[in-house]
Amino acid sequence: MYTHLETAESPETLRRVVIDPVTRVEGHGKVTLLLDEENHVRQARLHIVEFRGFERFIQGRPYWELPVLVQRLCGICPVSHHLAAAKAIDQLVGVDQLTPTADKLRRLLHFGQMLQSHALHFFHLSSPDLLFGFASEAARRNIVAVLEAYPETGLKGVRLRKFGQEVIRMICGKRVHGTGAIAGGMNKALSREERDYLLQDVDQIIAWSGDAVSLARDLYLSDREQHDRFAYIRSSFMGLIRPDGALEFYHGGLRAKDERGQIIFDHLDYRQYTDYLHEQVKPWSYMKFPYIVSLGPERGWYRVGPLARINNCEFIPTPLAETARQAFAGYGAGNPVHGSLAFHWARMIEVLHAAEAIRELLLDADIMGTDLVTRGEKRYEGIGVIEAPRGTLFHHYCVNDEDIVTRANLIVSTTSNNTAMNESIRQVAATYLDGQTVTEGLLNHLEVAIRAYDPCLSCATHALGQMPLELELLDAEERVISRIQRGVTA
Amino acid sequence: MKPQILVFGYGNPARGDDALGPLLLEQLEARRANDWLQAIELECLTDFQLQIEHALDMPGRDQVIFVDAHTRCPPPCTLEPLQPCADHSYTSHALTPAALLQVFRDIHPARELPPCFLLSIRGYRFELGDPLSPQAEAHLSAALQQLEQHIRQQVVQADPPADPYCLSV
Repeated sequence: MYTHLETAESPETLRRVVIDPVTRVEGHGKVTLLLDEENHVRQARLHIVEFRGFERFIQGRPYWELPVLVQRLCGICPVSHHLAAAKAIDQLVGVDQLTPTADKLRRLLHFGQMLQSHALHFFHLSSPDLLFGFASEAARRNIVAVLEAYPETGLKGVRLRKFGQEVIRMICGKRVHGTGAIAGGMNKALSREERDYLLQDVDQIIAWSGDAVSLARDLYLSDREQHDRFAYIRSSFMGLIRPDGALEFYHGGLRAKDERGQIIFDHLDYRQYTDYLHEQVKPWSYMKFPYIVSLGPERGWYRVGPLARINNCEFIPTPLAETARQAFAGYGAGNPVHGSLAFHWARMIEVLHAAEAIRELLLDADIMGTDLVTRGEKRYEGIGVIEAPRGTLFHHYCVNDEDIVTRANLIVSTTSNNTAMNESIRQVAATYLDGQTVTEGLLNHLEVAIRAYDPCLSCATHALGQMPLELELLDAEERVISRIQRGVTA
Repeated sequence: MKPQILVFGYGNPARGDDALGPLLLEQLEARRANDWLQAIELECLTDFQLQIEHALDMPGRDQVIFVDAHTRCPPPCTLEPLQPCADHSYTSHALTPAALLQVFRDIHPARELPPCFLLSIRGYRFELGDPLSPQAEAHLSAALQQLEQHIRQQVVQADPPADPYCLSV
């Protein structure tokens, strides 16, 4: 644990370095470091500054609007919010079991989302660091440089993402703001033409996904010593699990394992999540810090997302991804893999699983069925939980007699990873920056640690004219000593 | 043959003036029945933000026009030609249009990049749940006029009228 770097004594005497906003994450994040006169790190914090207003955005709206409305929370994973909201409002209309076709269409939609989101993250946002080095020239650490230096790799990333988007488009009818899922089921059947359109490319997508696993694994193992210890923290892991212990993205019970891989809770009905998970508030962050109640706030923090899911499951129910998982588990030699960079390896195993599962679902006899909607008796509370690309996503709504949302609570995966991301940057700060002259390359090490989690800070605004990264060096009175922008020093 | 024009408006409709791009495309779509729009093959696409796969939407176009809200452009809007550029936008989940053109060039080295333009519309507030600001709403009308004028020019250039003084295509 690096909690001793959470809050410094006498911070007014220390020099402050700010990375604002953190780059290649969605939205706005800020890292602050407090350094003493010898450049020793005394405090390191990741602040998320865009997590206000979700609940307010949802409250006061009729529940049936939510699957469309919540897509606007995030430009990167709108389908995840869409499906979590749909699962919650299923309960509001009294539905606990969808028709086989509706269930499979939602799963297909979810696999499409998982594929495109993971492909974006690995190829676009993280592979530059791994291919060119954490401290390589900033101008080279980008997808454009990857496309120039490794055109085949770059193009596969673009096409994997495009395929995932096409799955979403076929099911929802359009690229964004679609209405695939509705209360109690799905809005639209999949036609034979749409299914065949996806089937014609899916074998190629599976092959490329296999290549992606090999690339992520080989990059990790190419510098095993550094990659193992980079941002190394030990944590518990949490996520959904299928009743038979298989990897599960859409629906299952909650499983948490401790840092040694021992079960904390298992197959928990996620509608009871408030009994098992609480959120701590800290005065220096807008984002809360969730923890497992039985372990308390100090020891109960956990990680979610690909690393948690692959560590937690007993098998993957598609053959190629299961072979890849076994190799990953073998690397851990029977213990959970804790290195933060292993997120990328686990993420690509999930891409392969998604591609295989898409093929299975497209060939399933139910997938083109037309029995899409189930109805039941109205309820006043609904809780939808799915495994979004970045981890477990909770949507919890209460409605009144007029079907208006009176209360909403969302726990997004980035919130669950809040403590872990902070621990990771503290480990990196203590290992790489302590006592060093701060350079852009060293600061990028902090960002590499954060990017491993693929935090989605849910700011879909992208208006032109905003500088994505500024580094400010301030003195103890918070006066700006110097300001660095990418490629520009002022 | 009709000119193939892609107009790509992007932004989050739930974030105040960030909706300007998608809203402009809605208005353009509503005018599809106009004669002068029948003279082109127009495709309107929207998304929250530009991403690498959008480079795959560009081949085969005679022109691509991106439409976005901008925090600093002179009001009401500006229309400028675009060139490929490996700019700083790689540092976020979203690309600038210029970076997208660079991706196009990298993944389609043998293809000619179509002429591309960026229509920037001045916006003021971008918080989640914000409505469109009154100023941005006014800029939207001006931007639609400018976009239509630009597209009409492309039609004229592709198929000049017999009477050079008659520009009402």
